[in-house]
Amino acid sequence: MSEEKRKIVVPGETITTEPGYLPGEGTRKEGNAIIATRFGLADINEKLVRVIPLSGVYMPRKGNTIIGKVIDITFNGWLLDINAPYLAFLPISECPFFIDKTDLTEYFDIGDMIIAKVALVKHRGIDVTVKGRGLGKIKDGLIIIINPSKVPRVIGKGGSMVNLIKNETECNIIVGQNGVVWIKGKSIESELLAAKAIRLVTEKSFIEGLTEMVQEFLNKG
Amino acid sequence: MVYKRVDGRAFDEMREIKAEVGVVPRAFGSARFSFGSTTAIAAVYGPRQLHPQHLQDPQKALLRCYYDLASFSVAERKKPGPTRRSYEISKVTEWALAPVVMLENFPNAVIDVFIIITQADASTRCAGINAAALALAHAGVPMKELVSSVSVGKIDKQLVVDVCKEEESYEEGEGATDIPMAFLSESGKISLLQLDGKISPEELKKAIALGKKAAKKVYQEQIKALKKVKE
Repeated sequence: MSEEKRKIVVPGETITTEPGYLPGEGTRKEGNAIIATRFGLADINEKLVRVIPLSGVYMPRKGNTIIGKVIDITFNGWLLDINAPYLAFLPISECPFFIDKTDLTEYFDIGDMIIAKVALVKHRGIDVTVKGRGLGKIKDGLIIIINPSKVPRVIGKGGSMVNLIKNETECNIIVGQNGVVWIKGKSIESELLAAKAIRLVTEKSFIEGLTEMVQEFLNKG
Repeated sequence: MVYKRVDGRAFDEMREIKAEVGVVPRAFGSARFSFGSTTAIAAVYGPRQLHPQHLQDPQKALLRCYYDLASFSVAERKKPGPTRRSYEISKVTEWALAPVVMLENFPNAVIDVFIIITQADASTRCAGINAAALALAHAGVPMKELVSSVSVGKIDKQLVVDVCKEEESYEEGEGATDIPMAFLSESGKISLLQLDGKISPEELKKAIALGKKAAKKVYQEQIKALKKVKE
């Protein structure tokens, strides 16, 4: 990661006109010029130019761990609201246990929260799976929703930020790539403290020395 | 013949521009834009699921604009709710913005843009389009570039930039002609051009050239507003 200061760009702004750069996410190429197509921070890494968005909806990618809410049940699976412009589908074939098709509500009912992994993103629809460690229904704890573009900041470099909050509050925290966060602690107080800390990270995501600030906040709480 | 504008501006001078993003916390993106006392607030929701389903387009997202005047925005109270005029402006706003928004990235979805004029002193559709372009960018919607809009008027025989209400109602001589226009900010292509009144083709060309110059200034203000945020 380049450590030089990242510049805020607006859609249509030319980031570089030097030849040899490749257009990454949030950019397009016109001749030699790389032009931003989103509002965000321009980031040049080696020869790849991209724009780190400051806002926007979650767009599912294969392999993402997300948290969704069951909103409908069909004859062969469940429909999940995943905080994206599209619904996700969880087919029964993507469940790791034996399923009796007569009553699917036994496994996941409407309103249940599920930790799932994006298995497939096709033109028409998104398929998710609960096959895998740590995936499945959420039975208790606290769910908060944050801006999906703040997820990388909440997780921190190599998980440093989320681990700090986890250790300080003794909560188990799972940050879905779609901005849905599950917090499970020993007491409601500790869960609420963790939620507050996460909100703090999303609000002050630009301040340098954020880790220290969060540490201080948690010590006080 | 008019020698001076009612508010003492130069003929090619716009009213004071104020722009700010993030004014509606619950929206995906929002902005306020003012030309003097004309103020528009735009809020963007989406891309999100589009219902009813028969409106969905599997090739691209639907851009849906809603423009309206607040009932207190004009001197004589405006009856709340959409009117023939506001439907038309909603539609032309959609057409002005559609060329820059990368709708093909979100098939079957919808992007809703709500524009409310809180103070009306002419050029409201231009303020609305400027606010909407800012709000779309602020919402993180992929766009090829921004859109900047300005109105050019012909008051009697004089071309003026950014018409205000008093100028719009000028009735002596050749009367007032109002030409709202929108340009794609970087490429300078025209995405909106309306005309209310009378003007010769030569003068219209001059008016567009004037508008283009003014739109550049609008664009600078839009950039400034977006770069001010750190959130």
